[in-house]
Amino acid sequence: MTTREIFETMDYGPAPESAAEALDWIATRGPAFGHFIDGGFTRPGQTFATRNPATGVELAQITQGTQDDVDAAIAAATKAFPKWAKLSCHARAKYLYALARLLQKHARLFAVLETLDNGKPVREARDIDIPLAQRHFYHHAGLAQLRDAELPGHAPIGVCGQVIPWNFPLLMLAWKIAPALAAGNTVVLKPAEYTSLTALLFGQICQEAGLPKGVVNIVTGDGRTGEAIVTHPGTAKIAFTGSTAVGRRIREQTAGMGKSLTLELGGKSPYIVFDDADIDSAIEGLVDAIWFNQGQVCCAGSRLLVQEGIAGDFHTRLKARMAKLRVGDPLDKCIDMGALVDPVQLAAIKRMVDANTEGQTHHAPVALPDGGCFYPPTLITGLSTASPLMQDEIFGPVLVSTTFRTPVEAVEIANNTRYGLAATLWTENLNLALDIAPKLAAGVVWVNATNLFDAAAPFGGVRESGFGREGGWEGLSAYLKPTAKQAPIRPIAPFPAPEASTAPEAPGIDRTAKLYIGGKQARPDGGYSQAIWSRRGKLLGHAGIGNRKDIRNAVEAARGAGGWAKATAHNRAQVLYFIAENLSARGDEFARRLRDLTACAQARAEAEVAATIERLFSYAAWADKMDGRVAQVPIRGVALAMREPVGVIGALAPDEAPLLGLVSLFAPAIAMGNRVVVVPSRAYPLAATDLYQVLDTSDLPGGVVNMVTGDVQDLGQTLAAHADVDALWSFAGGVDAARLEAASSGNLKRTWINSDAPDWLARNAEGRAFLDQATEVRTIWVPYGE
Amino acid sequence: MSQTADTAMTAPHDTTAQDHLPQLHRPRNPGLPLDLDWVARVQANTSAIERRAATLPGRRTVKKAYQAAWLARAVTCIDLTTLAGDDTAGRVRRLCAKARQPVRADLLSALGLPAITTGAVCVYHEMVEVAVEALAGTGIPVAAVSTGFPAGLSPYHLRVQEIGESVKAGAAEIDIVISRRHVLTGDWQALYDEMREFRAACGPAHVKAILATGELGTLRNVARASLVCMMAGADFIKTSTGKEGVNATLPVSLTMIRAIRAYEAATGIKIGYKPAGGISKAKDALVYLSLMKEELGDDWLRPDLFRFGASSLLGDIERQLEHHVTGAYSAGWRHPMA
Repeated sequence: MTTREIFETMDYGPAPESAAEALDWIATRGPAFGHFIDGGFTRPGQTFATRNPATGVELAQITQGTQDDVDAAIAAATKAFPKWAKLSCHARAKYLYALARLLQKHARLFAVLETLDNGKPVREARDIDIPLAQRHFYHHAGLAQLRDAELPGHAPIGVCGQVIPWNFPLLMLAWKIAPALAAGNTVVLKPAEYTSLTALLFGQICQEAGLPKGVVNIVTGDGRTGEAIVTHPGTAKIAFTGSTAVGRRIREQTAGMGKSLTLELGGKSPYIVFDDADIDSAIEGLVDAIWFNQGQVCCAGSRLLVQEGIAGDFHTRLKARMAKLRVGDPLDKCIDMGALVDPVQLAAIKRMVDANTEGQTHHAPVALPDGGCFYPPTLITGLSTASPLMQDEIFGPVLVSTTFRTPVEAVEIANNTRYGLAATLWTENLNLALDIAPKLAAGVVWVNATNLFDAAAPFGGVRESGFGREGGWEGLSAYLKPTAKQAPIRPIAPFPAPEASTAPEAPGIDRTAKLYIGGKQARPDGGYSQAIWSRRGKLLGHAGIGNRKDIRNAVEAARGAGGWAKATAHNRAQVLYFIAENLSARGDEFARRLRDLTACAQARAEAEVAATIERLFSYAAWADKMDGRVAQVPIRGVALAMREPVGVIGALAPDEAPLLGLVSLFAPAIAMGNRVVVVPSRAYPLAATDLYQVLDTSDLPGGVVNMVTGDVQDLGQTLAAHADVDALWSFAGGVDAARLEAASSGNLKRTWINSDAPDWLARNAEGRAFLDQATEVRTIWVPYGE
Repeated sequence: MSQTADTAMTAPHDTTAQDHLPQLHRPRNPGLPLDLDWVARVQANTSAIERRAATLPGRRTVKKAYQAAWLARAVTCIDLTTLAGDDTAGRVRRLCAKARQPVRADLLSALGLPAITTGAVCVYHEMVEVAVEALAGTGIPVAAVSTGFPAGLSPYHLRVQEIGESVKAGAAEIDIVISRRHVLTGDWQALYDEMREFRAACGPAHVKAILATGELGTLRNVARASLVCMMAGADFIKTSTGKEGVNATLPVSLTMIRAIRAYEAATGIKIGYKPAGGISKAKDALVYLSLMKEELGDDWLRPDLFRFGASSLLGDIERQLEHHVTGAYSAGWRHPMA
């Protein structure tokens, strides 16, 4: 077109970013790449092609990592770990700072390489991915510097195996490597097989930064390579970002291996628009929610919920906005959507949309380039919650929509999902916004904004969107472990029944220990009881043998007691104090019972009762002091990192301190607003069943604490597999952690299955470690300004 | 306020530059009864609007020939302006001469572009006659700032009269200033009535409503004032007098053009937009054009629906156009001053 013609048409025209430097880098360093192991690049092995998805043209050959490669990388990381962990905080901070600087110096090379490999618009790589990655290293240079001062009593975990997705290749690398290094760990990271190039360039940056050999290792390859890292006995921690299906598989594969695990998985995040919202801004927000990165974003606002009265107008205006989106060459600086990452992804999206027979499907009337993995921005209206596309993650530029009538219904529909990663809500009413945000089942909530990220703000999900947080102090702590002394948990067998010939002592009036469910004493569903003997063969009583149905009932009661989470922290504290008061009043009786049950010395029994009362006081004290924080994010606004109860927690209590151990688990849980189904010590259950009478008289609402006695492994297994249980804790002896953790993969509940335990009488048997497990961080972003 | 009366106002100009005269292309805005419910519903979320405004320059860009063509287009949308206490007839004639040939002919020829003019010349009332005379036969309209510009606090009847005087003097466009106090006190009826009367006083002349957005406090006020002025018959809405502390900004522009879009959706009537003050770089002009293209459409890339209120912008565009032709960076003194 001539200038004169353009003067009339006022078209945009091409605005290509040059790929020359990036292609030159590939040609120079490749075009066949090995791994980055022990500070150097290995020779390419068996390779596969990585392609530019916008053109299908091969960019480079990437090595398929073998078991040997993974072994070598983990060996290098293991060797590097002690020295790296022993460095001063300042020394590590300097390396992280250098990495941040180098990312900045090579910013455009990273951006163009990312766009070539992934297909995302170069604007996004340039203005979002790469700056956020830099910011992550800068922020974590600071966290590295302050680690010892702010987190005393913690040490790095060891070699971290990290597996990242293809949608934000360098950014996810930064989210993984920066906190691991800041905490003092070493790393073996596998980039996604579609998008390995920026990770390899990062390897080069590590060399330029003079990072000690073996601290960062990059092994490329497909899922098999990832599996080798995940299941390798040499990795102490696994951090994964990717699909829920793979996350679940990792949970199963690592079950019982004692690895620390964080998973950031899929989502179907709601995008709620109330009728008083700034509609134009809400529509513009959708562009960033679902058409950012072609919709290949785990936290994409992919489920549009519009208040019914404005839905027609909203959809009309949204369609008009969609018509303005430009899909094209990702290297063009004037496009909104580039290419999907791979033909496989394109086919999957097509298949899902084509299979849908409900509602009205609107493809934006935009020109698509010929060839390449392009799909138009798409809106499907008129769906209901029952439609598969309202429930299943599409991971593409497809927005599905339904309507709601009231704020309550908006929350119900929003939470009607297996996922819980992010949520967006739009309203100009502050009361409404601050009421709704905490009610949404999501780890991140954006108010009048969407897809805001920062290194200082924790990010992560609930439900099947995974567990663990990335960013800020909360993210750093996922790469640290407490150094306090613990001892291996040993199972304690109940005292055996005396020889049949021994006549039992004459009993007093029979006291029947029952289960405690929903605030009521309940007979075990199975109708079986277990005799509990003292060491001397005295029949101390019977404890019910609970079964699956008792667990079902207990979980139902716990779920029904959700009002406890809404009670004020002051009120929860009062109840905990009251439990302590009532326990104290019966202290002598409990001490006698402990002595009889465990055959310990009277002094030990008295000490346990006293420690139990003190522990209740501690968590009463904590109830209103586990504050969230305001993260210092670089926007005009606040990011509130709020501590929310996890929900319903299943807890398998320890044997060695049958009263104190039990209370040490449920007290922090209920202090934070959780409800608990606790399985008391198998050996000494009567310490627990005595306690429910105390709970009964302490104004604790029914269902907040439930106790089911019986076989701890069987009951634990039912809890682990229960989809309505949010977390499972265990300090019980003799349980099969592998089976429990594997069963927990069903709903990806948070597990805290311990093979070591503190001395329950010691100070480190209470406090933040327990409270962290009892809470989930929800980050609520509230930009402001008038 | 009938359309026939409006379209009659074409006589003084020849046919070569009728692009500038909106009435040739589309019906004028007849206005609407004041709809207070609609006004009350209007929301403007400042931080969201700022985010959109901040990312737009990164999302849209034009390069090479496209950039040159767009810059030339921007020139045709400039209301070349002098609003200084020391304006004289000589100064205004010089400005008008520049408006007739804003870009060196050799540059236009090298670019393969036709002769272009600026969108209008904008002056105070006292300079209208001089400007009309200087622009005779060019088709370039003269715009007069009016109604006690810039504060709008002179006696009301004189403000209305001032419009009539400027129209009589030959101004084809009247840039009125609204009473900011009506916005700040939420007296939408008073704002509507005032705007209605100003519009009536303009007769066939087009009326641009200057909101003085830098003095309205909030973007929500900007959005509501925009809407009320359009309901009262404004042909254009304009950000600023250039005399406020804060003049045209992208967030304010986004707020106002979204109001224009809503008004068009409701009435089918296209209202023009004029950001004024603070736009001095060629790059800024390109961002504004892309903003109009994205949020409103290509119709708003022409002087009948879009103007820049600017004085120094033209100089920067001239230098950029020369750079485009020669490949070497230009200097201010190589281009005739306004």
